[in-house]
Amino acid sequence: LRTCREVARLILQKQDRALPEALALRLHLRICQACPRFEKQVRLMQRGMEQWRAYREE
Amino acid sequence: MPLHDRRVDLRLSRRGPKSLHSGSGFSCIPLQRHALNSPHDFAGEVQALRPELLRFARLQLRNDTWAEDAVSETLLAALEKPAAFSGRARLKTWLVGILKHKVIDQLRRHARECAWEHPEDEGSDEIEAALFMPDGHYREAPQDWGDPELVLKQRQFIEVMEACVERLPAQLGRVFLLREWLELDSDEICKELGITPTNLWVILHRARMRLRECLQMNWFDPTEKDPR
Repeated sequence: LRTCREVARLILQKQDRALPEALALRLHLRICQACPRFEKQVRLMQRGMEQWRAYREE
Repeated sequence: MPLHDRRVDLRLSRRGPKSLHSGSGFSCIPLQRHALNSPHDFAGEVQALRPELLRFARLQLRNDTWAEDAVSETLLAALEKPAAFSGRARLKTWLVGILKHKVIDQLRRHARECAWEHPEDEGSDEIEAALFMPDGHYREAPQDWGDPELVLKQRQFIEVMEACVERLPAQLGRVFLLREWLELDSDEICKELGITPTNLWVILHRARMRLRECLQMNWFDPTEKDPR
């Protein structure tokens, strides 16, 4: 059960599909200081996109 | 050039995101109740929203001609059946709903020209190379982007985000917006574009990686943010 680069890819791909890898991701996020920040950034981007959609459409 | 200098320049123009799309100011045109009773007024309300619809279509299709066709089809559909507009939603919301279908029609019509050919040419590996060392560790730990609630409250953040989406390479942008604006699921996108799920995930991964880098450079990193 990954390098930070592999985990960054998993975090991004998790936005678009159910991961097979899911255990490896959780395990890595427990022990890494950098990757949880990356995950937080990706979550903010997702919320930003949702807000952009609402902002532009309605 | 040393590997760590291979930064991809995603900085926005000095004039800020507004310069990327003239006329981006959004107007909220309240629909008068009498609009439904008068074809002339209804047509006027619909026509007034055309520039905004055109911007939407251009952002998704990355082709002015296709975008104009999609918007024209949308306006025709609206004007042919004004009674279909119940008045429960805003007129703009209703028109955007129609436009989404027309945009997909355009993508189908031009499927051959939209075909995904060389994902490796999109340069996102350079972004990864700038972010990670060869052993897979970060060159520099990701920055703390602060309190999401405070960030998302700022209208300008959403505008910078939109400008970053506009800066995505055409093919990446099309696929990314199929997912994020038209909200198609992975199976639908693969079917529409004739690509495999694995290829789709790579494309979306690269689009998000670029978007993150662009936001980092233009919003979160004051040392790299262009003066406005």
